[in-house]
Amino acid sequence: MEIYAILKLVWALLLGVLLVGLGTMVGMDMGVGTMLRFVGRNDAERRAALNIIGPHWDGNQVWFILGGGAIFAAFPTLYATSFSTFYVVMILLLFSMIMRPVAFEYRSKVDSSRWRDTWDWAFLVSGALPMVIYGAAFGNVLQGVGFHFAWDGQYYQDESFIWYLLNPFAILCGVLSLALSIQQAGAMLMIRGEEPIYGRARRFAVAAGFIAAVLFVIGGIWIRFIKGFSYSAPVDPAMAPTPLAGPAVVMRAGAWLDNFHSHPLLWIVPLLGLIGMLGSALSLRGRKPVLGWWLGAVAWIGTIGTAGAAMFPFLMPSTTTPDQSLTVWNASSSAYTLGWMLVFTVIFVPAVIAYTSWAFRVMGGKVRTETVAKSDHSY
Amino acid sequence: MGVPPMIDPAVVNLSRLQFALTALYHFQFVPLTLGLTFMLAAMETVYVITGKQIYKEMTQFWGKLFGINFAIGVATGLTMEFEFGTNWSMYSHFVGDVFGTPLAIEGLMAFFMESTFVGLMFFGWDRMSKEAHLAVTYIVALGSNLSALWILIANAFMQDPQGARFDPTTMRMQFQSFGSLIFSDKAQAEFVHASIAGYVCAAMFVMGISSYYLLTRRHREFALRSLRIAALFGIVSTLAVITLGDAAGREDYLVQPTKLAAMEGLWQTTKPPAEPWKLIAVPNDATESDLFDFSIGIPYVLTPLVTHTFNQPIPGVDELQMEAAARVENGIRAVVALEQYAKTKDPNALSEFQFYEEDMGYGFLAQRFAPGQDLTNITPADMPGIVIKTARASIPNVFVEFWSFRIMVAFGFAFLVIFAFGAYYSLRGTIERQRWVLCLAMWSIPLPVLVALYGWITAENGRQPWSVFGWLPTFEAASTHSLGYMIFSLAGFAVLYTLFIGAELYLMFKYARLGPGAAVPRPVPAAGPAILRPGYAAKSWE
Repeated sequence: MEIYAILKLVWALLLGVLLVGLGTMVGMDMGVGTMLRFVGRNDAERRAALNIIGPHWDGNQVWFILGGGAIFAAFPTLYATSFSTFYVVMILLLFSMIMRPVAFEYRSKVDSSRWRDTWDWAFLVSGALPMVIYGAAFGNVLQGVGFHFAWDGQYYQDESFIWYLLNPFAILCGVLSLALSIQQAGAMLMIRGEEPIYGRARRFAVAAGFIAAVLFVIGGIWIRFIKGFSYSAPVDPAMAPTPLAGPAVVMRAGAWLDNFHSHPLLWIVPLLGLIGMLGSALSLRGRKPVLGWWLGAVAWIGTIGTAGAAMFPFLMPSTTTPDQSLTVWNASSSAYTLGWMLVFTVIFVPAVIAYTSWAFRVMGGKVRTETVAKSDHSY
Repeated sequence: MGVPPMIDPAVVNLSRLQFALTALYHFQFVPLTLGLTFMLAAMETVYVITGKQIYKEMTQFWGKLFGINFAIGVATGLTMEFEFGTNWSMYSHFVGDVFGTPLAIEGLMAFFMESTFVGLMFFGWDRMSKEAHLAVTYIVALGSNLSALWILIANAFMQDPQGARFDPTTMRMQFQSFGSLIFSDKAQAEFVHASIAGYVCAAMFVMGISSYYLLTRRHREFALRSLRIAALFGIVSTLAVITLGDAAGREDYLVQPTKLAAMEGLWQTTKPPAEPWKLIAVPNDATESDLFDFSIGIPYVLTPLVTHTFNQPIPGVDELQMEAAARVENGIRAVVALEQYAKTKDPNALSEFQFYEEDMGYGFLAQRFAPGQDLTNITPADMPGIVIKTARASIPNVFVEFWSFRIMVAFGFAFLVIFAFGAYYSLRGTIERQRWVLCLAMWSIPLPVLVALYGWITAENGRQPWSVFGWLPTFEAASTHSLGYMIFSLAGFAVLYTLFIGAELYLMFKYARLGPGAAVPRPVPAAGPAILRPGYAAKSWE
């Protein structure tokens, strides 16, 4: 295999790592935002819940920002096309996302219950909506998106955005993603929270884990009937990256299962997802939140890995012009860019993981409502 | 696919408006972050060395105001990372191979560090040793400034695309040299100028609020010390910004002559060495002359200022338009050949394209003047008109450029004077009696931020009509959205951002008025949000 093809493959995997990081870390914070009104019944409890992720949400959020940057750098055509075709949805995502940093910093700085209650609603919207959109984006991409390119590489959208928001499979994926985020958040609230937050978080998280598992299985059956995409002829993985060249692409119901049929070992990936969801739910039920948190991360690996394994090498197939579907082979950067980016990734991702872990260790321990109330630094 | 639909000029303009407004909005908060982190680090350093409690209070109080500013900077920065993709699809496709890299590295190397450690900076006071916390604060400062470095490297590529070349197969700029990208003179000049401008903003912020306390006779000790640090920090920073601004201007002369001509309002090429530096004029873009041909200037200043020599002419709008005009026809040939090559893979078309490749950008620039926005529709009779229109379009708006630049420069020097007075009286110990200096400093708090925005306008308006200078016009770079999409997003941003700025100003005023006493509750030993860790237990304020 040529070096360029290997680089593309490595970056497809790294894209997966990023999306898992985003789901696990940002999803956790989003879940806390979603549940805030329910795990905390009064201001003191809500502040305690917020301060559990208080020192970390900002660092975690960089997974989201890096997600944008890395797609831009490694798969620029995907970045340009997906963000533009999903415009209305992306803008809704941004609107809800940008409320969150402000909500964290501003909520507890004014002693007014109306002020705080308003921000608590902002937490709910800015927690739940992005997670639903995140999942729905996968749901939409799995079904293909209507777009085509002109000769100069400019995209044109061929369908209405309403569909992206309202199609049932995308909604299923959106709810799945929300459920996973609540599971992850519940685990964290149990790790660092005390009663009554601990107990309420546990109930939500356990339920979310089982719901996620059910949705995941339904989605797996559903995918059999969705039109998947496949190349009609062997493709050169080291091809010059342009969606305007390459072999023809065909649409066929069940094509997303082809990879699993030809490589049965891949079934491990969805199995991992299921084990993660159920295992996490059971551990949280058994009051083992640390184990539950890690199994929740496994659930994300399994879920995103399953979508990736099903679609590979497709990234964003086109329903209206299937031949111009974006794939790992035709939407990537040049070998030079992928190479340099890899150098930086190899150096800095371990560093990020190291200092993030250190930050969690330094700030470890239970968050008490009394300490939060007294401290001047807390949210 | 047939003929691609035309881009609606209204959509392009709304996309530009949205990007400009969201970027300017974001950039209100960035400079303060860049500068305040280093000032916090400086204050905390004094605390760690001297052990004096007041410096810890200073760090924590200014840190709290920093936090109010930082949150909204982070929030609005999210928009920026995604807006290239959501609104500038052709741009993202065209330069993503190069431009995405510094953005991704910014996240990976700088923003992750800044954001992870900022949590520890706020929450970690009682969780680690003094020295460790100081290190954390320095890492935040380093992270935020590294962040600015990578963003400005990316921006410099738009101004002076170094390290890439166009590839007709993939229809985009391909990354060729990482070294040329990051060590581009433009990037270096922009980074130092813009980041240090942030230090000026922070210095004025701290000096102004300290002045407010002195004027209202509160927190005297605290305010005197803060003011002194800020004034000294301010003098050094402003001097550096002015010097480095000169370097940035010379870079424009070398690589963006159209920007420089517009900045200086040069309709005609200069006659060295006597050519005056225009102080006041009203450039009229429609007639391409100053209103009433009137201007007040200082002779013998412009040539050495810009060229660092006494004999080199500076090309004016007239000469630059002629140069552009000479490239339009070849540019059109390049784009037409490129389209033919893209559709037919005809090797003759490819060699025709390669012959005219250097002028390709001017072909794209001509596209919107072609009948049906299609260059193949141009008849020989159309050509002269299109050449003239394209050449005229190659110059940025001179009025905006001329005055943004002058506002920036004038205020830059004014800040130097304010800081100098502040430092002088502060060092003599008589600052409290100089109420006019205190008043001036207090009312000047928002000005450096405003001036930084004018700096941004100078840089980005001067880049027009290009999104990638000389290669891709802004008009061609936008996503093919409908008008409805743009109205939806613009309205949403307008509502949200207005609410945010309201909340931000409210809290900023509230906490600045409350002052440091309120920020550090004396009677209660303030602990972190959680239980104290053994080893660092119960460090009281005293």
